[in-house]
Amino acid sequence: MSTTASEVQSGSKIKTEEMLLNMGPQHPSTHGVFRVVIRTDGELVLESQSHIGYLHRCFEKCAEGNNYIQVVPYTDRMDYLCAMMNNWGYALAVEKLLGVTVPERAEHIRVIVGELNRIASHLLAFGTYALDLGGITPFLYAFRDRERLLKIFEKVCGQRLNYSYVRVGGVTFDITDEIFADIEAFCDYFDPKILDEYDNLLSYNGIFISRTANVGVMSKETAINFGVTGPSLRGSGVARDVRKDQPFGIYDRFEFDIPVGSGEMGQLGDCWDRYHVRMREMRQSIRIVRQAIKDIPDGPFCDKKAFRAVKPKKGEAYAKVEGARGDVGFYVVSDGTNQPYRCKARGASFCNISVLDHLVSKGDCMLADLVAIIGSLDIVLGEVDR
Amino acid sequence: MAKLTSEQIFAVIQEAFPDEFVEVGQGVVGDSFAVVKPEKFDEIAKFCHDDSRLDLDLLVCITGIDYPDDDKIEVAYNLESVANKHVATVKVHLPRSRPDVPTVENIWRAADWHERETFDLVGVNFVGHHNLIRILCAEDWVGHPLRKDYVIPETYHGLKNVIY
Repeated sequence: MSTTASEVQSGSKIKTEEMLLNMGPQHPSTHGVFRVVIRTDGELVLESQSHIGYLHRCFEKCAEGNNYIQVVPYTDRMDYLCAMMNNWGYALAVEKLLGVTVPERAEHIRVIVGELNRIASHLLAFGTYALDLGGITPFLYAFRDRERLLKIFEKVCGQRLNYSYVRVGGVTFDITDEIFADIEAFCDYFDPKILDEYDNLLSYNGIFISRTANVGVMSKETAINFGVTGPSLRGSGVARDVRKDQPFGIYDRFEFDIPVGSGEMGQLGDCWDRYHVRMREMRQSIRIVRQAIKDIPDGPFCDKKAFRAVKPKKGEAYAKVEGARGDVGFYVVSDGTNQPYRCKARGASFCNISVLDHLVSKGDCMLADLVAIIGSLDIVLGEVDR
Repeated sequence: MAKLTSEQIFAVIQEAFPDEFVEVGQGVVGDSFAVVKPEKFDEIAKFCHDDSRLDLDLLVCITGIDYPDDDKIEVAYNLESVANKHVATVKVHLPRSRPDVPTVENIWRAADWHERETFDLVGVNFVGHHNLIRILCAEDWVGHPLRKDYVIPETYHGLKNVIY
């Protein structure tokens, strides 16, 4: 790892020089339209510079031109792999301004769909990460199980990806007993899979470990200083989770653990740690879903009044939820009309990917490791660019 | 250290910077926030980060808000302490004609991109930032889209803008 290309070539007459390369914007392992300009010395990456903005759709500008209810579908299209959590974050901020209490049943439904969506998102992260590193099979396993979840979501709200399901005051549709049976069947089916199939297939695979262990090591201090949140921060050994630290919804009622990285395969905070936190988180999500289904009360699933007309008084509120990639926050400023005066979205991926240039700059990163680092940070470009 | 409420955090900041502290504000509804003067904001930020009672080591979000009627731009910083688990919002008010505020990228590296975004969309000038260029809009974009007096351009490089 520490041998530079020029050292390899020393003694021979072959001339080597540094090269400036564009990786992206259209590159399969950047998970979207993301460009990194890299200065390379042979296979070694000396420096990188990230360029974002290719998917900028002016969410904040659009939000100012629409009323509070019309903003919800735009939030779906930020982190489109975990849209429930985005809807929820926005709904929380507006509910804070309105002072609405969400019915108990809706709170439980939010937890159930949110956690299932987290599993779906982590499954995709798992599958595509293996794909980035050259393993095709895990991707097929992940999509087999994710498909079951998407079918459940389709039954719940008619959509597979952009749900707009969690809205200000509650959720759009009730979940029937038939769907609850589906969800429970999924939990029973999926829970043993993580250990039996996924861990055996990929996590403890020798090639996978040598590609990810000791690569892209991010210390606790670096992660916090760069504003990294979610599984990527927990991979560095920091047990920070919005669901525990500043519980939103009814998360304070459930029992679950926060998996953190421990440096099991190499140094603490390497790509393998970040990856494996996601695998362990899926089990915790299943635990939460089971508890939420058990406790769910009957009753209304939305606050009808808040559903029809949203017109908060003057004020501002910041609300955040623990999305699949970290903090999803919304800063909503109300001027007393039915349109937000300002609606700022804080995307988790936006902050998480900003650490990339720093991780690469240590000078021990190969070109293939760069791909491993980007994949382990698990970005969604829709959320980076908003 | 212990978890503090926002009001307790504001009191600590006010005690350390009595001349720089303007007020604790809150709308009719929603969260409360502290307003401080912008001139020495980097020192206040450093204090928030380093003080053991506050330990606000995570910069969550930077938001720029334009108020043309009051001739001001507000910049709100959402801060959080990972160890103490408390949060606080600190704001600065800047004149629209000269929206200058010292950069805090040397205190929280996260501020680098957040400040670039706020510069790009709202046009706040973060004095001392090492690379204050557009991040989301194209490099040759004109104007700051989230200013309230921004006029949406009709064409961009010959492409017509369709307004519904």
